[in-house]
Amino acid sequence: MINIAGKYCIVGVGNTKYGKLPGRSPESLCVEAIRNACLDAGLDKNTIDAVVTKEPTSAPSHLFSTRVAQQIGVIPKVTTTLDQAGASNIGGVAYAMMMMELGLCTVAAVAFGDNPITGSRATYSRPSGEWAPYGLFAAVSGYALTAQRYLQLYDKKNKDMAPWPLGDRKWAAMNPNACYQKPMTLADHQASRWVVEPLHLFDCTSIQDGAAAVLVTSVERARDLKSKPIYVHGYGQGHIAWDIQTRPEYLVTGAKYSGEQAFKQAGITAKDVDFCELYDCFSIVPILTLEDYGFCKKGEGCDFIADNKTHPGGALPCNTSGGLLSETGMPGMQLIVEGVRQARGECGQRQIPKHRIGVVSNQGGQLHTHSTLVLSTEAKL
Amino acid sequence: MSYEKPLPTITPANRPFWDSVKAHKMQLPKCKKCNKFHAPPREFCPHCLSEEFEWKAVSGRGEVYSFAVMHQSYNKAFDKDVPYNYAVVQLDEGPRLVSNVLGPNDQIRVGEKVEVVYDDVTPEITLHRFKRV
Repeated sequence: MINIAGKYCIVGVGNTKYGKLPGRSPESLCVEAIRNACLDAGLDKNTIDAVVTKEPTSAPSHLFSTRVAQQIGVIPKVTTTLDQAGASNIGGVAYAMMMMELGLCTVAAVAFGDNPITGSRATYSRPSGEWAPYGLFAAVSGYALTAQRYLQLYDKKNKDMAPWPLGDRKWAAMNPNACYQKPMTLADHQASRWVVEPLHLFDCTSIQDGAAAVLVTSVERARDLKSKPIYVHGYGQGHIAWDIQTRPEYLVTGAKYSGEQAFKQAGITAKDVDFCELYDCFSIVPILTLEDYGFCKKGEGCDFIADNKTHPGGALPCNTSGGLLSETGMPGMQLIVEGVRQARGECGQRQIPKHRIGVVSNQGGQLHTHSTLVLSTEAKL
Repeated sequence: MSYEKPLPTITPANRPFWDSVKAHKMQLPKCKKCNKFHAPPREFCPHCLSEEFEWKAVSGRGEVYSFAVMHQSYNKAFDKDVPYNYAVVQLDEGPRLVSNVLGPNDQIRVGEKVEVVYDDVTPEITLHRFKRV
């Protein structure tokens, strides 16, 4: 394995408002996020020579990254749209680093933007695989099957997953840009309607318009910028890949291999991690991810979070901007943005005291794909 | 009244499967090269990539690998059915099928034994469902 730990960094982060943003295209949302990332980095947009995107989930379209390049007014040396579903955002950061390692570009904008509320929500209720005749619709149908098997095999109940969404909501209360800031109690969580049992409404992410973007460059190039660079120390990907009917195993996810690779590159174990920003489209997902990353043993994820250690003031602060469950349901780029902001120490009221090493996870499909990023304030760990 | 729910998309690869379900004698493709069953039926064996199969009857017995109960209707034809369950059933022969388990939703358990039953939903299409044994 070629180790590029500490060689590349994120120098700019930006986002739009999240929620209902009528009249905005996915492209224009990406442009706004990239512009904000340039302002954040103190970087002239004309220095961007790579544009990497994840396809808008609600409106899959050909050549998306080239249209974003056009709208930011740059002719890129490198461009692509990755398809690892939600894992593509971290995948885009990795792709940018690979292209820099080959000497093909120097500053990459990695962006995601989508407008599913004001555009089309159809993708979120489409049949799941070939199984509409049996009533399987929407991504939640697969996550519910995974959650049910987990809860029954480990003798847990829905409420044992609740510390995760409750933590998200506490963090979101300190994030003015979060879509859901109203306090939530365990009783509120348990009283929320079932969407697909064993998942309540408050175990499920929402659909929101918005965009986020990061700027990736080399440590050398970062030196003359005003922003504090946050170094990439590890990247991994891992994929169960197969559909829910055929995959050999439900409860060990792509996070296991992905996390192992990323942690190995960074030379860390779970014990070294100060905070996490984990992809949590449904409550079961971060529980599986924590287990697969080695924070606790398989089957112990609910017990691990039972003491609210992921909440503000907890021993392992997680999803400090509110996660997919409370900040925005956007598929993952916002987690990288928040990881960088926490590492820099610029999160105000919600800033965590220890932020030297942060881990970000992305995943997509119905646990089909996974990617991991290890970030640090330090060039060397 | 006509059947309004979505029906399986019949392809050359899966037609023998749906024909066997219609005949109330479920068959699955068994690879002539590696001797393994697979489902759903594909053009190539996912175990060894051979394209030579024998269609063999399966027992129709298996266990609930997982299930969930849909409370939100994503399709008008299911409006009257919510809450309804769907399940992944692991057949004794190995492959898994997506289906529904008959009977009360709150009594289904992961790992419980089930057996296929056939539901002739239209003159052309029969769906496999499972009952507890």
